[in-house]
Amino acid sequence: MANDQSIGEALRARGISRRGFLKFCAATASMMALPPSMVPGIARALEQARRPSVIWLSFQECTGCTESLTRSHSPTVEGLIFDTISLDYHHTLQAASGSAAEAARVTAMKENWGKYLLVVDGSVPVGNPGFSTIAGVSNMDMLLETAAGAAAIISVGSCAAFGGIPYAKPNPTGALPVSAFLSEYGKRIPNTFGADESGQTDPVDVTGKTVINVSGCPPIPVVITGVLAHFLTFDKLPELDDLGRPLAFYGKSIHDRCYRRPFYDKGLFANSFDDEGAKKGWCLYKLGCKGPTTYNACATTKWNGGTSFPIQSGHPCLGCSQPDFWDGGGFYNSLSTPTEKIARAAVFAAGAAAAVGVALGAANRAKQAHAAKQHEKVTINDLDKGT
Amino acid sequence: MSASLQRGLNAFREAINAPVATFFNSCVHCGMCAQACHFYTETGDPRYTPIHKLEPLRRVWKQEYTFWGRYAKAFGLSKPITDAELEEWETLVYDSCTLCGRCSMVCPVGNDITYMIRRMREGMAASGHAPEGLVGATRRAITTGSPMGVKLPALQAQIRDVEQETGLKIPVDVNGADYMLLLSSMEIMNFPEFIGAVARIFDRTGVSWTISSAAFEATNSGIQIGVSDLAAELVQRVVSAAEHLQVKNVISPECGHAYMAIRWEGPNLVGKAFNFKVVHILELLDDLRKQGRLKVSSKELQKLTYHDPCQISRRGGVVQQPRNLLDMVAQNFVEMPDTGTMNWCCGAGGGVSTNERADELRMKAFKRKQTQLNAIQPDALVSACSNCRIQLEEGLEVNGMDIPVLSLTETIAAHLADD
Amino acid sequence: MSEQELLQWVRGPAFEAASVIFVIGVLVRLLQTVLLGRSKDLSEARGSEVIGGLRTIFTRSVKHNFQLSTFNLYTMVAGYIFHIGFFVVLLLYAPHILVIDQVMGVSWPSLPTTVVDAVTVVTIVSLLAILVHRLKHPVLRFLSRFQDYFVWVVTILPLITGYLAFHRIGASPPTLIAIHILSVELLMVVFPFTKLIHAFTLFMARYYNGAFAGRRGVES
Repeated sequence: MANDQSIGEALRARGISRRGFLKFCAATASMMALPPSMVPGIARALEQARRPSVIWLSFQECTGCTESLTRSHSPTVEGLIFDTISLDYHHTLQAASGSAAEAARVTAMKENWGKYLLVVDGSVPVGNPGFSTIAGVSNMDMLLETAAGAAAIISVGSCAAFGGIPYAKPNPTGALPVSAFLSEYGKRIPNTFGADESGQTDPVDVTGKTVINVSGCPPIPVVITGVLAHFLTFDKLPELDDLGRPLAFYGKSIHDRCYRRPFYDKGLFANSFDDEGAKKGWCLYKLGCKGPTTYNACATTKWNGGTSFPIQSGHPCLGCSQPDFWDGGGFYNSLSTPTEKIARAAVFAAGAAAAVGVALGAANRAKQAHAAKQHEKVTINDLDKGT
Repeated sequence: MSASLQRGLNAFREAINAPVATFFNSCVHCGMCAQACHFYTETGDPRYTPIHKLEPLRRVWKQEYTFWGRYAKAFGLSKPITDAELEEWETLVYDSCTLCGRCSMVCPVGNDITYMIRRMREGMAASGHAPEGLVGATRRAITTGSPMGVKLPALQAQIRDVEQETGLKIPVDVNGADYMLLLSSMEIMNFPEFIGAVARIFDRTGVSWTISSAAFEATNSGIQIGVSDLAAELVQRVVSAAEHLQVKNVISPECGHAYMAIRWEGPNLVGKAFNFKVVHILELLDDLRKQGRLKVSSKELQKLTYHDPCQISRRGGVVQQPRNLLDMVAQNFVEMPDTGTMNWCCGAGGGVSTNERADELRMKAFKRKQTQLNAIQPDALVSACSNCRIQLEEGLEVNGMDIPVLSLTETIAAHLADD
Repeated sequence: MSEQELLQWVRGPAFEAASVIFVIGVLVRLLQTVLLGRSKDLSEARGSEVIGGLRTIFTRSVKHNFQLSTFNLYTMVAGYIFHIGFFVVLLLYAPHILVIDQVMGVSWPSLPTTVVDAVTVVTIVSLLAILVHRLKHPVLRFLSRFQDYFVWVVTILPLITGYLAFHRIGASPPTLIAIHILSVELLMVVFPFTKLIHAFTLFMARYYNGAFAGRRGVES
């Protein structure tokens, strides 16, 4: 526990060589789109940084984000950074359970008030606080009291970032993303654990706290560690896009980095999952790929240590790092196609139009005929006006 | 009963049929019709843009025959057509349009603007907004039989002269003849040589023909003023005479609107198909040529060109026949630039020459023909319409161009072979 | 409303409504026009109306009866570039073909997207040239009413918004696509009630024109 060990000391204690450590710093720099000249600075900062306390709250989630982050077949840099943090509370990974687990959380908060990192996965149900509770405490209350003392809040996964699957229509639990929840409910949080020396507990306002959204279902492991590394190195949050996601990883769309892009540009598309085009690895746009509107690092960083990513495996991108991707009209319908039965509507419309049109046509004919009937034969005396 | 806005609007309503409605729907305001109209090209006045001439009719279509138009009218949101407006439009519909048909040939969406102008004139006339000159001509045509007031005695006098000159008898009121010839007042009074030419050709080629004393007038002012009721009356006289004389064919002479009136509008005006055929004199001459009956023994040597009268050529379909005939009789024939069905109007058709108010405009329109002629510098100009002929002669003189205008029929007659 | 919700609405109920209005609007307009009928022509035909009519539908696009004046050349060249470009972008771009496939069950090969991109730019330029002409030439200025300019805006919007959506300029992709589809819906809704109906009626107009001339043995 505790962060009396520096990261450098902690890594050395685990047998990570200086060389390995520097390689990690270089990798981090490049992932964060930082110039190589910053590597020594990163190394210095990480070397001396205190192991930060990290409290990980899991709400309405499937644990996929944790699985993603912890899944590794061989030691990875993600694993490295993960080991350097002091993960003081995590449902799946911690040894303690029950009241002991909750006590660990409270202790970590009290000891590191204002300095711990709060990581959240899963959405927060506000429809009824009883929909999701931990140790009898609703997600809403637990998030508020923990956010009060957090140095930074990281929403891991699309559920925490944008609401995810619980948020999809009809959203029966009233699920909210972490950022939306905190903006709405975080105005006056009782300062239960961060009492100062004099015992004063002024309510805390967390509505202004930046929430970093590391979206994805799940997110790519290296993205979370990259964010942590940035925070540890520079003691501030990385540059974010307008959805609160780190630009370094979410700045480009899948479409713009997809290796199948030349097929899109040439108009070569797979029409079904096992046709010639699919076998040849052609573009999956027609099968519903959301690549053009999805921002993530999948096409470059890939998954499982750079092994592959959905498109490479022949499946269209779901758009899982974008808000409301579950309500995007279907994974196998491309984003811009109509969702209603247009042909049927058009046929009905044509039927109605035929009726109306014939009626109007008849009215026109009647008027024309009437005019013919009203016709007074013109004689040579009728060519001058008004006598 | 007199002309009134009410009758005019009613006539507009009658005039709007599927083609007219389709045309109004289709106009995209591209302006190309103006480029085809010599009234615009020679004046630069955008008011002469053909489709613009139809504006009041368009509004009637909108307000009476379209859903949203009726809706707007019901709520008082549409601009009614007023008498003042029709007065303003009189010069556009009559003075600056000869019904030449060029605009209809170039409209990209296919609008037959000429067709619409013809139908719009029904309402203009019924509301009392037809030009004075044209009203007078029509009155004379109905009451005397000729727009120029040419009565039978005048024709008989010309016939006597022709008989004397040619030594041939002009057959009048011959029952059972194959062909009944009509004559325009213009020809009778100004170009009676035409009668002689026809007589000689028919004599040489053995054509059985006659003229009816009851109905010899070819010109139809009713078409020009745009009043079908009156046009029908004039056509009916010809039909009655043809049936009475039991002729097989009626010949339309060298007059543009006469051909349009009897050949194409005729049966529709009187409401039934004719039981005789209608041919233009040039059609008949070309047939005779094809049959080997019409031969010339000499040729015109001077450089000739041909002016296509609009109602005969572009709107009438007699395009190739004059050229076949000129091929036969001319040594040196050149086409004008923009020829055949895209030839430019002389500027006087459609009632314009009968409308004194339009004199100046008509001469401006002629400038287009002048440009065509300047491009080829012919020695003489051949045509097959007396109205065109008068206009061309006047235009050429006003512009100091020494180019005689010849009738095609007369030219052939002048070179007729002796056998 | 979130971006995704806007896009869902635009490609869902809004598209359905626009399609219905389009179909009803066009059909009603055509029916109320054609049912006015025309009286039978009793004159003796020299040539065939039907052949003449059908021929003119085609030849009015490819044969030129008009003078090769500056005005006509400008109008025809800009007009052709616009129309051809518009249809290339509309019908030969893969995502568009996908929409047609979904609605009508027919599809065909597409052009490379880079080509369509270039064609879009050319088409937009041609529309700008057309507007300049309309604003400057006396005949066009004289003839033009509010509707002519409004229709121009409604026509260029899908091209511009499509270009922006493709290049992802100015807003997030879902918003740009939503705006593009919305601009198309505007075009669809406005279509039957403006001169855009010429896209359908021009066939009828050319037919009547060619039939009239064909009866007389003239090719118009």
